Amino acid sequence: MLRNLLISLLLLSFVYIFYNLYVGFTPKTELDGIAAHYADKGAAEIGAANLVTAVVVTYRGFDTLGEVTILFLTASIIGFFLKLTEADENKVIIHRGTSELLVTSSNLLVPIIILFGIYVFMNGHLTPGGGFQGGAIIASAVALAILANPNMHINHQIILWVESISGVVFVLIGVLGILLAGGFLDNRVLPQGQFGTLLSAGAIPIIYSFIGLKVGAEISNILEKYQKSQKES
Amino acid sequence: MNNEIIYILIASFIGLLSFVLAALAIQSKKLSVAVIATGVVSLFSSILFLLMAAPDVAMTEASIGSGLTTLIYFYVLNKIKKYHA
Repeated sequence: MLRNLLISLLLLSFVYIFYNLYVGFTPKTELDGIAAHYADKGAAEIGAANLVTAVVVTYRGFDTLGEVTILFLTASIIGFFLKLTEADENKVIIHRGTSELLVTSSNLLVPIIILFGIYVFMNGHLTPGGGFQGGAIIASAVALAILANPNMHINHQIILWVESISGVVFVLIGVLGILLAGGFLDNRVLPQGQFGTLLSAGAIPIIYSFIGLKVGAEISNILEKYQKSQKES
Repeated sequence: MNNEIIYILIASFIGLLSFVLAALAIQSKKLSVAVIATGVVSLFSSILFLLMAAPDVAMTEASIGSGLTTLIYFYVLNKIKKYHA
């Protein structure tokens, strides 16, 4: 009784807070402060056609490094708590068998989805999307492959190396930014190039490609750990 | 003007559907139904993000929210069932 009363009280207070926010909200008619700077000078300073990428990779590049680190930590913590042993390697997953449709379509679709993921992170500075999206798309291709073949062997060593090298290169490019350009993760270590072409916006395509590889490898790593945890005999 | 009305109609329809599915996820007795319902809520919200002109967020939501999360939930569900049955 008291519990329900408290829950409804909490919900009512939420309603009150959000109602006040809704009533007091007046949309801005023009950008101000730092948003105006990004919108007006972003294209000239960074050279990226996709302004979101310019903000995520260069203006707020340090935050992106933090996000990638958090994802890495998540993968490590999952690996730590799942307690997989060497003996699990030789076991198999017992399942009811996958349908012919799923197997055939995944054989066709997995390479295409991986290609699309690579397209998304290589064109991160031109079209919507970028490293995180591309990496997530690659990982969903891995998920589809696992669904079609639950006992699929994922090479752990490749994932490990791709992930580590991408992380190191990301930080190295950032440090190069201190030495050659304005600061950590500045994209002007490379020439800006022609606005709107694939090789433009300085180091952004390279940084985003490595972020994409890193995110894809990390999420695939999580999937691989969960897949291994299902093995039993 | 006409386009705007159609846009609002589609958006509110999708929003309503995701409300229904979210309620289903909370209320359903079978956990597998609840997991699938949460996945579909993610899928609908990714369509909403696309309508709100945020295709990059929509991509992330569709692949992580509705794809990978559902798969991981099912892995965990499978593991739990082994201990309870």
